[in-house]
Amino acid sequence: MEMPKPDPFVLDRKAELISRLLTVLPEDAVISDVEETRAYECDALTAYRCPPLAAVLPRSTQEVSDVLRICHEMDVPVVPRGSGTSLAGGALPTADSVILGVSRLTDVLETDYDDRIIRVQTGRTNLSVTGAVEADGFFYAPDPSSQLACAIAGNIAMNSGGAHCLKYGVTTNNLLGVTLVQMDGTVVEIGGAHMDAGGLDLLGVICGSEGQLGIVTEATLRILPKPEGARPVLIGYDSLEVAGACVADIIKAGVLPVAIEFMDRIIIRIVEDYAKAGYPDCEALLIVEVEGSEDEIEEQLALIEEIARRHDPVELRRSQGEDESAKIWLGRKSAFGATGRISDYMCLDGTIPVSELPRVLGGIDRLSKEYGLAVGNVFHAGDGNMHPLIMYDANTPGQLETCEALGAEILKLCVEVGGCLTGEHGVGIEKRDLMTHQFAPEDMEAQMRVKDVLDPKWLLNPAKVFPLSVTQERRAG
Amino acid sequence: MLRPESEQQMAEIVRGANGPLSLRGGATRHVPGAGEAVTTAGLTGITLYEPGALTLVARAGTPMAEIEAALAAENQRLPFEPMDHRLLLGTEGVPTIGGAVAMNVSGPRRVQAGACRDSLIGVRFVDGTGAIVKNGGRVMKNVTGYDLVKLLAGSLGTLGVLTEVSFKVLPAAAMQATLVLDGLSVEDAVRAMAAGLSSPFEVTGAAHDPAAGKTWLRIEGLEGSVDYRAGELARVLAPFGAAERLDPNESDTVWRAVRDAEAMLGEGDVWRVHVRASHAPQVVARAQAQAALLDWGGGLVWLRLPAGTDLRARLDGVPGHATRVRGQGPGALPPEAPALAALTQGIRAKFDPRGILSGAAEA
Repeated sequence: MEMPKPDPFVLDRKAELISRLLTVLPEDAVISDVEETRAYECDALTAYRCPPLAAVLPRSTQEVSDVLRICHEMDVPVVPRGSGTSLAGGALPTADSVILGVSRLTDVLETDYDDRIIRVQTGRTNLSVTGAVEADGFFYAPDPSSQLACAIAGNIAMNSGGAHCLKYGVTTNNLLGVTLVQMDGTVVEIGGAHMDAGGLDLLGVICGSEGQLGIVTEATLRILPKPEGARPVLIGYDSLEVAGACVADIIKAGVLPVAIEFMDRIIIRIVEDYAKAGYPDCEALLIVEVEGSEDEIEEQLALIEEIARRHDPVELRRSQGEDESAKIWLGRKSAFGATGRISDYMCLDGTIPVSELPRVLGGIDRLSKEYGLAVGNVFHAGDGNMHPLIMYDANTPGQLETCEALGAEILKLCVEVGGCLTGEHGVGIEKRDLMTHQFAPEDMEAQMRVKDVLDPKWLLNPAKVFPLSVTQERRAG
Repeated sequence: MLRPESEQQMAEIVRGANGPLSLRGGATRHVPGAGEAVTTAGLTGITLYEPGALTLVARAGTPMAEIEAALAAENQRLPFEPMDHRLLLGTEGVPTIGGAVAMNVSGPRRVQAGACRDSLIGVRFVDGTGAIVKNGGRVMKNVTGYDLVKLLAGSLGTLGVLTEVSFKVLPAAAMQATLVLDGLSVEDAVRAMAAGLSSPFEVTGAAHDPAAGKTWLRIEGLEGSVDYRAGELARVLAPFGAAERLDPNESDTVWRAVRDAEAMLGEGDVWRVHVRASHAPQVVARAQAQAALLDWGGGLVWLRLPAGTDLRARLDGVPGHATRVRGQGPGALPPEAPALAALTQGIRAKFDPRGILSGAAEA
């Protein structure tokens, strides 16, 4: 992976930078020791590592602003970091950068059940936002698989999704306001506790900008009343195509499940071996979950099961209670981890039009054979967000490269059929060089113009999102 | 009036423009500004509709009615329930899908299903330099590159001329029910609506008309489920009085009237005020309006005031923003804090360096 050459002028001024940072931060918030900065050398895309020049852990918006102002004045790149769970290398440092971690910004600032909002500092983890309101019957809807660890700051940067976004939307649909610190230290309030921020939808473009437009230190999030109950049904088929057709029919029937998850045989076996979720051994397994009271669940599941039966399933089993439901979801949510137990893997994240499912699964199967690496498929079928897991051996020279080449081909296929490179993980460094397959030069130019306004020196989260060749002139200043 | 028949022609018009252009879809939502008139009326047609993927793509000038009819034929709908402005603004013409996006027009269901921009998953547009740009696409989960889809929604045509828009659509509800409470004060109405919206019974509309003394809460879905939830919701609302249930036809009529702000008909300026719902009683008290209508549980307050009233002065200090939807003179759009205004101006200057698309925002 090509990264920009560190700026020798910045490297030379490390001592000056640290002493200036120490004028605005307490000592325990500045990490500059070469060994200690190693802790920040990578995120969950561990194949790529580079220790930063320094890391800072501010405790307030003011401190974030002070750090950014100093880095801006000294032309030092800054890499924002939530919890470091990015699968796309979104928080990968460069050797001349300062990591700005929000992990000490974890307070709940306001909770209002009448207006159904919560305002938090963005280092707070996704699950602990729900944790702050669930005793009162509310929850925060976006639920990425990493929700136990991932920070709201990272969720906003990547516009994270989850298994239940078919009904509840992704981060951008649940975000009402932010405090944004620009690279020059300017603090801007956008939106608030009201619906629709007003003016140009800056909130919309900041969400998902991968930390390249500013650092969000506080966020007002929409919280929702918890449903009365939820229940999944397992539907197994001996053909991927038929499972895909079943998904389309369920959606067309006018019942909107909160989640429709899809696993192929490779993943079913890996997960069952690990989580003992009681999954049947078949070509394709759907988990369809609906919400409501007992009677409402019955009404919806009856409709879904009737549709499923028309496609001749090999398994059709309703969860009989909360324990079984939890097991079924544990299986799905541990799919990545269970795969990691038996093999190195690379997790892709392309989205496709649901109607193209059979064609894309066929294409993946063909490419998998061609490249000689196994690919398991587990994904959010309701919205077409695929997660092909390519299994490889990191210790066999050349396999990582083969894996990356195969991944690139699969993502190109997603774009070819009308989809996109990434549905919820973000571009980061991982898919940066594939952007030209999805976007024409003028499409990327329009996006980069927004960065020109918010970060004219192009110092925030360098070398992510856009191919280096495309950003070269701008980075040169 | 220039009427390009293709995106390419639209790009040529923008590229060749020597002065401001006055963009319009059906011109039902605002009085177009100064400059050479350009209409999207030649850019029509649904280009892709996949009911099984809940996806619809249409050219920007496509009449709203055509889109709603195509969706209805498959028992689907646009989630955000866009308003028809013709009655309120006394305009004629045909509302277009591009116009709804350019204004980010969202109706009563916004409180549960999100705004227009939340359903919008892709755009194609011609920017102020005449470049054709695409962003997003036809899939509902997409974080590839920056989200210009949201940025274009509600940008009033100032960043570019929309030529094509894509949506996530939803199944239409098989059944709806509306519960009505009578004679509540604004304070109690807001409390009642909050109680409904904070219940697990999925209220998809919550409105209050102080003059009529009515508070409405809507539930939609499968038949059995609607019956059940209507019963449970009535229990939640019991502290505020005995709720009466409207039949589906009456319910339809109520929500159409709320959607189109019929309570605002009459002489005077009409304002839309976005605030946190619990601030709505304060807004109504301070505005001293001739007529008021609360939607989104109070998150949207419609107000009618004598022409020329400085509503913003009366609401000074209440967080949120106020837009004058009907009335004369400058100041229709809310002012922005300096740091925010600098960003807005900066982005506009990048997308439209010659300032030929600013007409809509000024008008």
